[in-house]
Amino acid sequence: MTPELILFFLLAAVAIGAALGMLFSRNAIHSALYLVLNFAVVAVFFLLLGAPFIAMVQVTVYAGAIMVLFLFVIMLLGAEILRQPSKVLPWQRPLTLVLGVLFVGAVLALLSLAPRAPEAPVALADDALRKFGGPLNVGQVLFSRYLLPFELTSLLLLVAMIGAVVLVRDEKKP
Amino acid sequence: MNPIPTSYFVALSAILFTLGVTGVLVRRNAIIIFMSVELMLNSANLVFVAFARQFVELSGQIFVFFVMTVAAAEVAVGLALIVAIFRTKQSINVDEINQLKG
Repeated sequence: MTPELILFFLLAAVAIGAALGMLFSRNAIHSALYLVLNFAVVAVFFLLLGAPFIAMVQVTVYAGAIMVLFLFVIMLLGAEILRQPSKVLPWQRPLTLVLGVLFVGAVLALLSLAPRAPEAPVALADDALRKFGGPLNVGQVLFSRYLLPFELTSLLLLVAMIGAVVLVRDEKKP
Repeated sequence: MNPIPTSYFVALSAILFTLGVTGVLVRRNAIIIFMSVELMLNSANLVFVAFARQFVELSGQIFVFFVMTVAAAEVAVGLALIVAIFRTKQSINVDEINQLKG
Protein backbone atom coordinates (compact mmCIF):
# COMPACT_ATOMS: atom_id res chain seq x y z
CA MET A 1 0.00 0.00 0.00
CA THR A 2 1.86 3.06 -1.23
CA PRO A 3 1.04 6.55 0.08
CA GLU A 4 -0.52 7.43 -3.30
CA LEU A 5 -2.96 4.53 -3.07
CA ILE A 6 -3.92 5.42 0.50
CA LEU A 7 -4.52 9.01 -0.61
CA PHE A 8 -6.57 7.76 -3.57
CA PHE A 9 -8.85 5.59 -1.46
CA LEU A 10 -9.35 8.29 1.17
CA LEU A 11 -10.25 10.86 -1.49
CA ALA A 12 -12.46 8.38 -3.35
CA ALA A 13 -14.38 7.74 -0.13
CA VAL A 14 -14.85 11.48 0.35
CA ALA A 15 -15.99 11.92 -3.28
CA ILE A 16 -18.54 9.10 -3.08
CA GLY A 17 -19.73 10.27 0.32
CA ALA A 18 -20.22 13.80 -1.01
CA ALA A 19 -22.15 12.48 -4.01
CA LEU A 20 -24.39 10.42 -1.71
CA GLY A 21 -24.88 13.46 0.50
CA MET A 22 -25.96 15.46 -2.53
CA LEU A 23 -28.41 12.74 -3.49
CA PHE A 24 -30.10 12.27 -0.14
CA SER A 25 -30.15 15.65 1.61
CA ARG A 26 -33.60 17.17 1.89
CA ASN A 27 -32.36 20.73 1.58
CA ALA A 28 -31.19 21.82 -1.88
CA ILE A 29 -28.61 24.19 -0.36
CA HIS A 30 -26.94 21.26 1.41
CA SER A 31 -26.97 19.33 -1.88
CA ALA A 32 -25.18 22.18 -3.65
CA LEU A 33 -22.54 22.40 -0.92
CA TYR A 34 -21.94 18.64 -1.04
CA LEU A 35 -21.49 18.96 -4.80
CA VAL A 36 -18.88 21.71 -4.27
CA LEU A 37 -16.99 19.30 -1.99
CA ASN A 38 -17.19 16.61 -4.67
CA PHE A 39 -15.83 18.99 -7.34
CA ALA A 40 -12.96 20.02 -5.05
CA VAL A 41 -12.02 16.37 -4.49
CA VAL A 42 -12.14 15.70 -8.24
CA ALA A 43 -9.80 18.69 -8.69
CA VAL A 44 -7.32 16.95 -6.38
CA PHE A 45 -7.66 13.83 -8.56
CA PHE A 46 -6.80 15.96 -11.58
CA LEU A 47 -3.65 17.10 -9.75
CA LEU A 48 -2.74 13.47 -9.04
CA LEU A 49 -3.25 12.68 -12.74
CA GLY A 50 -0.82 15.37 -13.90
CA ALA A 51 -3.35 17.99 -14.96
CA PRO A 52 -2.65 21.01 -12.73
CA PHE A 53 -4.19 23.52 -15.13
CA ILE A 54 -7.42 21.53 -15.51
CA ALA A 55 -7.55 21.23 -11.73
CA MET A 56 -7.43 25.01 -11.31
CA VAL A 57 -10.07 25.48 -14.01
CA GLN A 58 -12.21 22.89 -12.23
CA VAL A 59 -12.02 24.85 -8.97
CA THR A 60 -12.65 28.28 -10.51
CA VAL A 61 -15.24 27.42 -13.17
CA TYR A 62 -17.05 24.41 -11.74
CA ALA A 63 -16.83 24.80 -7.97
CA GLY A 64 -16.75 28.58 -8.31
CA ALA A 65 -18.87 29.98 -11.10
CA ILE A 66 -21.34 27.18 -11.86
CA MET A 67 -22.11 26.30 -8.25
CA VAL A 68 -22.51 29.96 -7.29
CA LEU A 69 -25.09 30.18 -10.09
CA PHE A 70 -26.88 27.15 -8.64
CA LEU A 71 -26.89 28.54 -5.10
CA PHE A 72 -28.05 31.90 -6.40
CA VAL A 73 -31.03 30.40 -8.23
CA ILE A 74 -31.98 28.17 -5.26
CA MET A 75 -32.00 31.16 -2.93
CA LEU A 76 -33.73 33.39 -5.49
CA LEU A 77 -36.60 30.94 -5.91
CA GLY A 78 -36.73 30.01 -2.23
CA ALA A 79 -37.08 26.42 -3.39
CA GLU A 80 -34.83 24.72 -0.85
CA ILE A 81 -37.39 22.09 0.09
CA LEU A 82 -40.19 20.69 -2.06
CA ARG A 83 -43.55 21.03 -0.40
CA GLN A 84 -45.05 17.60 -0.82
CA PRO A 85 -43.49 14.28 -1.74
CA SER A 86 -44.81 13.00 -5.02
CA LYS A 87 -46.94 9.95 -5.57
CA VAL A 88 -46.16 9.54 -9.27
CA LEU A 89 -44.29 6.39 -10.36
CA PRO A 90 -43.84 4.77 -6.93
CA TRP A 91 -41.94 1.81 -8.38
CA GLN A 92 -39.24 4.01 -9.89
CA ARG A 93 -37.05 4.36 -6.78
CA PRO A 94 -36.49 0.67 -5.96
CA LEU A 95 -36.01 -0.11 -9.66
CA THR A 96 -33.41 2.67 -9.92
CA LEU A 97 -31.47 1.36 -6.93
CA VAL A 98 -31.46 -2.22 -8.28
CA LEU A 99 -30.37 -1.16 -11.78
CA GLY A 100 -27.71 1.20 -10.40
CA VAL A 101 -26.17 -1.54 -8.27
CA LEU A 102 -26.27 -3.88 -11.28
CA PHE A 103 -24.54 -1.29 -13.50
CA VAL A 104 -21.73 -0.60 -11.04
CA GLY A 105 -21.30 -4.33 -10.48
CA ALA A 106 -21.06 -4.94 -14.23
CA VAL A 107 -18.44 -2.20 -14.71
CA LEU A 108 -16.34 -3.42 -11.78
CA ALA A 109 -16.57 -7.02 -13.01
CA LEU A 110 -15.48 -5.94 -16.50
CA LEU A 111 -12.55 -4.00 -15.06
CA SER A 112 -11.40 -6.95 -12.97
CA LEU A 113 -11.76 -9.34 -15.94
CA ALA A 114 -10.01 -7.07 -18.46
CA PRO A 115 -6.38 -7.82 -19.26
CA ARG A 116 -3.96 -5.75 -17.22
CA ALA A 117 -3.57 -2.40 -18.91
CA PRO A 118 0.02 -1.28 -19.28
CA GLU A 119 1.05 0.92 -16.40
CA ALA A 120 1.02 4.65 -16.92
CA PRO A 121 4.36 5.74 -18.31
CA VAL A 122 6.98 5.85 -15.59
CA ALA A 123 8.61 8.88 -17.16
CA LEU A 124 5.45 10.77 -16.29
CA ALA A 125 5.82 9.83 -12.65
CA ASP A 126 8.25 12.58 -11.72
CA ASP A 127 9.27 15.79 -13.38
CA ALA A 128 7.59 15.38 -16.76
CA LEU A 129 4.24 14.80 -15.07
CA ARG A 130 4.29 18.30 -13.69
CA LYS A 131 5.02 19.84 -17.09
CA PHE A 132 2.68 17.54 -19.06
CA GLY A 133 -0.60 19.22 -18.19
CA GLY A 134 0.78 22.64 -17.39
CA PRO A 135 -0.63 25.85 -18.87
CA LEU A 136 2.14 26.07 -21.51
CA ASN A 137 1.50 22.64 -23.05
CA VAL A 138 -2.29 22.87 -22.79
CA GLY A 139 -2.28 26.32 -24.35
CA GLN A 140 -0.08 25.26 -27.24
CA VAL A 141 -2.35 22.33 -28.13
CA LEU A 142 -5.55 24.32 -27.56
CA PHE A 143 -4.52 27.21 -29.80
CA SER A 144 -3.06 25.15 -32.63
CA ARG A 145 -4.77 21.80 -33.13
CA TYR A 146 -8.06 22.74 -31.47
CA LEU A 147 -8.30 26.36 -32.56
CA LEU A 148 -11.52 25.98 -34.55
CA PRO A 149 -13.43 24.11 -31.80
CA PHE A 150 -12.13 26.69 -29.34
CA GLU A 151 -13.56 29.52 -31.43
CA LEU A 152 -16.83 27.62 -31.83
CA THR A 153 -17.22 27.41 -28.04
CA SER A 154 -17.35 31.22 -27.97
CA LEU A 155 -20.33 31.02 -30.33
CA LEU A 156 -21.93 28.41 -28.05
CA LEU A 157 -21.49 30.63 -25.00
CA LEU A 158 -22.93 33.62 -26.88
CA VAL A 159 -26.01 31.61 -27.88
CA ALA A 160 -26.40 30.35 -24.30
CA MET A 161 -26.19 33.89 -22.96
CA ILE A 162 -28.79 35.20 -25.44
CA GLY A 163 -31.01 32.21 -24.66
CA ALA A 164 -30.83 32.81 -20.92
CA VAL A 165 -31.64 36.51 -21.33
CA VAL A 166 -34.60 35.79 -23.63
CA LEU A 167 -35.98 33.06 -21.36
CA VAL A 168 -36.12 35.13 -18.17
CA ARG A 169 -37.25 38.35 -19.85
CA ASP A 170 -40.46 39.83 -18.49
CA GLU A 171 -42.85 39.65 -21.41
CA LYS A 172 -45.40 42.10 -20.12
CA LYS A 173 -43.01 45.00 -20.37
CA PRO A 174 -42.19 46.22 -23.90
CA MET B 1 6.87 6.31 -7.01
CA ASN B 2 4.11 4.04 -8.27
CA PRO B 3 1.38 5.78 -10.27
CA ILE B 4 -2.21 4.90 -9.39
CA PRO B 5 -3.61 2.46 -12.01
CA THR B 6 -5.95 4.01 -14.55
CA SER B 7 -8.55 1.31 -13.91
CA TYR B 8 -9.06 2.62 -10.36
CA PHE B 9 -10.06 5.98 -11.79
CA VAL B 10 -12.40 4.32 -14.28
CA ALA B 11 -14.08 2.41 -11.45
CA LEU B 12 -14.46 5.54 -9.32
CA SER B 13 -15.85 7.41 -12.30
CA ALA B 14 -18.38 4.64 -12.97
CA ILE B 15 -19.58 4.84 -9.36
CA LEU B 16 -19.92 8.64 -9.51
CA PHE B 17 -21.72 8.42 -12.86
CA THR B 18 -24.20 5.89 -11.48
CA LEU B 19 -24.85 8.11 -8.48
CA GLY B 20 -25.61 10.93 -10.94
CA VAL B 21 -28.04 8.75 -12.91
CA THR B 22 -29.68 7.71 -9.65
CA GLY B 23 -30.10 11.35 -8.73
CA VAL B 24 -31.79 12.16 -12.03
CA LEU B 25 -34.19 9.24 -11.68
CA VAL B 26 -34.97 9.46 -7.96
CA ARG B 27 -35.15 13.15 -7.10
CA ARG B 28 -38.10 15.35 -8.00
CA ASN B 29 -36.50 18.76 -7.46
CA ALA B 30 -35.51 20.13 -10.89
CA ILE B 31 -32.44 21.92 -9.49
CA ILE B 32 -31.13 18.73 -7.87
CA ILE B 33 -31.70 16.89 -11.15
CA PHE B 34 -29.49 19.51 -12.79
CA MET B 35 -26.81 19.02 -10.15
CA SER B 36 -26.88 15.28 -10.81
CA VAL B 37 -26.28 15.96 -14.51
CA GLU B 38 -23.26 18.04 -13.50
CA LEU B 39 -22.01 15.10 -11.43
CA MET B 40 -22.26 12.82 -14.47
CA LEU B 41 -20.38 15.29 -16.70
CA ASN B 42 -17.72 15.58 -14.04
CA SER B 43 -17.22 11.83 -13.82
CA ALA B 44 -16.76 11.77 -17.60
CA ASN B 45 -14.10 14.49 -17.20
CA LEU B 46 -12.29 12.31 -14.66
CA VAL B 47 -12.07 9.45 -17.18
CA PHE B 48 -10.88 11.85 -19.89
CA VAL B 49 -8.00 13.07 -17.72
CA ALA B 50 -7.15 9.54 -16.54
CA PHE B 51 -6.83 8.30 -20.12
CA ALA B 52 -4.90 11.44 -21.09
CA ARG B 53 -2.27 10.33 -18.60
CA GLN B 54 -2.45 6.69 -19.70
CA PHE B 55 -1.71 7.52 -23.35
CA VAL B 56 0.41 10.66 -22.73
CA GLU B 57 -1.95 12.57 -25.01
CA LEU B 58 -3.10 16.08 -24.18
CA SER B 59 -6.26 15.86 -26.30
CA GLY B 60 -8.05 14.22 -23.37
CA GLN B 61 -7.39 17.26 -21.22
CA ILE B 62 -8.46 19.62 -24.02
CA PHE B 63 -11.79 17.81 -24.27
CA VAL B 64 -12.36 18.44 -20.58
CA PHE B 65 -12.33 22.14 -21.46
CA PHE B 66 -15.01 21.65 -24.06
CA VAL B 67 -17.13 19.56 -21.69
CA MET B 68 -16.83 22.34 -19.11
CA THR B 69 -17.91 24.93 -21.67
CA VAL B 70 -20.94 22.89 -22.66
CA ALA B 71 -21.76 22.37 -18.98
CA ALA B 72 -21.59 26.11 -18.31
CA ALA B 73 -23.85 26.88 -21.28
CA GLU B 74 -26.26 24.12 -20.26
CA VAL B 75 -26.46 25.41 -16.68
CA ALA B 76 -27.11 28.98 -17.82
CA VAL B 77 -29.97 28.00 -20.13
CA GLY B 78 -31.30 25.31 -17.79
CA LEU B 79 -31.47 27.55 -14.76
CA ALA B 80 -33.15 30.26 -16.88
CA LEU B 81 -35.74 27.66 -17.89
CA ILE B 82 -36.28 26.69 -14.25
CA VAL B 83 -36.76 30.33 -13.27
CA ALA B 84 -39.24 30.82 -16.12
CA ILE B 85 -41.18 27.68 -15.13
CA PHE B 86 -41.20 28.70 -11.47
CA ARG B 87 -42.73 32.04 -12.42
CA THR B 88 -45.73 30.43 -14.10
CA LYS B 89 -46.26 27.32 -11.93
CA GLN B 90 -44.79 28.38 -8.54
CA SER B 91 -43.12 24.98 -8.32
CA ILE B 92 -40.03 23.17 -9.58
CA ASN B 93 -41.33 19.69 -8.84
CA VAL B 94 -40.89 17.85 -12.13
CA ASP B 95 -44.02 15.78 -11.47
CA GLU B 96 -46.14 18.93 -11.57
CA ILE B 97 -44.68 20.01 -14.91
CA ASN B 98 -46.68 17.42 -16.81
CA GLN B 99 -48.79 19.36 -19.25
CA LEU B 100 -47.61 20.77 -22.52
CA LYS B 101 -50.26 23.49 -22.72
CA GLY B 102 -49.21 26.76 -21.09
